[in-house]
Amino acid sequence: MIIRPKYTQVLAVSLLVLATLATLAILVFIIVFVLGKGLPNINAEFLFSNPEDMGRAGGIFPTIVGTVALTLTAICIATPFGVGTAVFLTEYTRESRITRIIRFGADCLAGIPSIIFGLFGFIFFVTYLRMGWSILSGSLTLAFMILPTIIRTSEEAIKSVPYSYREVSFSLGATLWQTVYKVVLPNALPGILTGVMLSVGRSIGETAAIIFTAGSSLRTPHSLFDSVRTMSVHFYILAREGLSNEKAYATATVLIVSILMINLSSYWLMNRFILRKTK
Amino acid sequence: MTDRSKFIIENLNAYWSDVQVLRSININIVSNKILGIIGPSGSGKTVFLRTLNRLNDLVPEIRIDGRILLDGKDIYDPDVDPVELRKKIGIVFALPIPLPASIHDNVIYGPSLSGIRNRHKLDELVEKSLKSAFLWDEVRDRLTTSAMRLSGGQQQRLCLARILAMEPDVIMLDEPCSGLDPISTSQIESALTELKKEYTIILVTNNTKQAARVADNTAFFLMNEMIEYGPTDVIFTVPRDKRTIDYITGRFG
Repeated sequence: MIIRPKYTQVLAVSLLVLATLATLAILVFIIVFVLGKGLPNINAEFLFSNPEDMGRAGGIFPTIVGTVALTLTAICIATPFGVGTAVFLTEYTRESRITRIIRFGADCLAGIPSIIFGLFGFIFFVTYLRMGWSILSGSLTLAFMILPTIIRTSEEAIKSVPYSYREVSFSLGATLWQTVYKVVLPNALPGILTGVMLSVGRSIGETAAIIFTAGSSLRTPHSLFDSVRTMSVHFYILAREGLSNEKAYATATVLIVSILMINLSSYWLMNRFILRKTK
Repeated sequence: MTDRSKFIIENLNAYWSDVQVLRSININIVSNKILGIIGPSGSGKTVFLRTLNRLNDLVPEIRIDGRILLDGKDIYDPDVDPVELRKKIGIVFALPIPLPASIHDNVIYGPSLSGIRNRHKLDELVEKSLKSAFLWDEVRDRLTTSAMRLSGGQQQRLCLARILAMEPDVIMLDEPCSGLDPISTSQIESALTELKKEYTIILVTNNTKQAARVADNTAFFLMNEMIEYGPTDVIFTVPRDKRTIDYITGRFG
């Protein structure tokens, strides 16, 4: 039997549209479901007061502080190492067995389940280095987790900078480092930022690795050595222990909305950045 | 020729992996003159240019032997820093490649690498270089806009200005007009004729007429060899080699 090209065309288009709609529908459903249950329970008090009675009442202020502190510290640790590694792999070495091994290692690191990172962080940072359950232990563990993402996205961003820019820079008497610093990195920045933003998202959403390393204290932290609870961990505990469904969904709503806002603002930043270079 | 030599090149060979891409080139490049290098694509003109500022050092597959003396000093001596060498020998590539930054920042790229930070001195350099490249009048009131928004011809003149701001000794141009319209081309040519008072210029071109118009001396490259070299009027009127006649009369290439 011969199917006419006209029909296969119609069939293909309908299937593709269907797939897209299904994806969108699931996404919208999840967001609407969580927001619907969470939004009514959110107010200024919920955002800015301490939890009471294990989280059954009160707000989530310490977990917001905890999430921000943990994520920021992790990003600040991982970004210089990740970008540095990417620059070294792309600009300072030629493709060889060693660079392939490093890259393979990074890919393997990316595939390891987060609970393993958590266990490692617990054994190494919390116990062996005696950092205890703390922002420091947690963010170091998170940094290990997000390092591969930052390395690989930075590498791709650096590779996408046209070779001709480098050639121009060298021909004008630049050293390799001057070329990297003045030409390659500025032009790779939007791509590098994308990787960093992905990592922020992953850090905010992480629970398994954090329970093991940062603990689940409900107090507002005052230093890097204090134990904290992040919003994700708080949500997990509220839901698992059956403490309060309303508070759990409200926490989830804050999480989702903050991730949305971070993504939107980074897109805005990136666009502004690119516009400034070409206008 | 009683003129002073800028470059003396002796028995220069270059290899790309196992393939020889330059065959025993011998040439004296004279100070404050324009040397035109003509020849078909793939004849080794670009590789030749890039050996002169050691840009080929960046390509590990390329190996060279022979001697290249700049003002009497071998530029491949171990104590010569290629970074410093490239500051003395500017190159304009075939396609205009402005860096994605403002016009002003493009021009000061070279000097700022050397650590010049003085705003006043930099502004002076920008104006002087853009004027010498015949571009100042078109961009003087929009120096802070992106260089990417200039036309192709303007971008190529910007690339020339960017090199002039380094205050080099030698200016090399690798088919600088291949993508440009006749008016932009003539602007570049006027700039070059003006600039040879201060600089030694090497102009690689696919366009034999361009060499005839602006070059003082002309070298003809074919199949990785230099076939003939002499004053432009001699090369274009009474060349010694039959292949040169064939090429400039358009019988091949």
